[in-house]
Amino acid sequence: MVVEIDRITSPLSREDAKKLRSGQEVLLSGVIYTARDAAHMRLMELAKSGEEFPFPIEGAIIYYVGPTPEKPGQVIGSAGPTTSYRMDFAAPCLIGLGLTAMIGKGKRSPEVVSAMQEYGAVYFGAIGGAGALLAGCVESSEVVAYKDLGAEAIRRLVVRDMPLTVIIDSFGENLYDRGREDYLKWKAETM
Amino acid sequence: MRKISAQLIEDAVREMCVRANCVLPEDVRECITAGMEKEQWPAAKTALKHIIENFEIAQREQMPICQDTGVTCVFVEMGQDVLVEGDLSEAINEGVRQGSKEGFLRASIVADPLRRKNTGDNAPAMIYYDIIPGDKLKITVAPKGFGSENMSKVIMLKPSDGVEGVKSFVLKTVEEAGPNPCPPIIVGVGIGGTFDKAALLAKKALMRPANDINPDPFYSELEDELLRSINELGIGPQGFGGKTTALAVKVGVMPTHIAGLPVAVNINCHVTRHVTREIKH
Repeated sequence: MVVEIDRITSPLSREDAKKLRSGQEVLLSGVIYTARDAAHMRLMELAKSGEEFPFPIEGAIIYYVGPTPEKPGQVIGSAGPTTSYRMDFAAPCLIGLGLTAMIGKGKRSPEVVSAMQEYGAVYFGAIGGAGALLAGCVESSEVVAYKDLGAEAIRRLVVRDMPLTVIIDSFGENLYDRGREDYLKWKAETM
Repeated sequence: MRKISAQLIEDAVREMCVRANCVLPEDVRECITAGMEKEQWPAAKTALKHIIENFEIAQREQMPICQDTGVTCVFVEMGQDVLVEGDLSEAINEGVRQGSKEGFLRASIVADPLRRKNTGDNAPAMIYYDIIPGDKLKITVAPKGFGSENMSKVIMLKPSDGVEGVKSFVLKTVEEAGPNPCPPIIVGVGIGGTFDKAALLAKKALMRPANDINPDPFYSELEDELLRSINELGIGPQGFGGKTTALAVKVGVMPTHIAGLPVAVNINCHVTRHVTREIKH
């Protein structure tokens, strides 16, 4: 079986986000921003007070990651995804402000999925626990905000051909449900 | 009486912290590779291929397998005839600090659960002491990622719930966790003891080699049955569907009260890391 892998680039417009389908494998290149628990709490404070974000949120892609420190000569340390549900409290608001994609692993809340459907956004999965492999896709890394948060600071990453799978698309289709159902159906038919 | 210097322990822990984070144990590799060979679902096979490629890169480049270099769990089996010259717990914590620096590990520990200031050096470790007969000192360092730790659970079942109650709790916990703990997972199950001991049994069960066989045939059968049932759920690697949801199920048990049946499920991701050393002077 030949699997078509599409190349996509950031920033991602809402129109382009709407073209992606759950289960699709893509290679992402361009600028993405890292943020996890602590950074999301700070972004929500900015959103509440209407202050400007430390990066352009329109068409942005956020990667839920807290990398290990880079060794001398390395661009970044291990950099795999963290579990996404902990950022669900902030995602609908960020999507409303212009965020078009999130990269993480694991389930999302119904509130996040409806915001994705309403505005046009996608949720990508990167291979959880594959920090060393994913580090190889990062061409540059620069802290742009919250340096005091260490691994949880917001970084601007330039990535090339980062292997991702569309988990939830802008129509609410979810690979975690469908992948399992399809597999069990296939298993029942073939065995 | 065997005298062991605290410095020796610090050095050993430092080295073990780095190794555990960069080199996946052989038994876990074998289970993942065997899983990939048996897996037929394309998305599952691709995910497992990436996982194998990842631990190979980590070892070659001497970089952490996963960016979550975990909370450092340290299990100490200390012979009662061992005399440590110096502060044992401090030696372990200093080993963790040094290992964290040397291995470029992520600072993942906050000093207080609510005020959440990062300690910056991964100390303190979660240290568990067991006093045993003899004059040997054995230390296991096991960095534990929190993606899978967060999906773990404890329940106080009734004695009448029996083995069926245990099975259904384990399956429910794994099914609810779904893709979150980075499957394929290793499942540690603790049965018996008290509320807290059950959890410790589950964590200790994860320290067993992934491919060993429980010496008690009753529990060996239970482990096999649980593994089969989990892998029939169809969650698969990364939750993309497939048969490789779990690599192994390990059960630890101990005596308990006539009124109780405590059960704990401690989930570990495919990056199940541990290194054990006997410390000699």
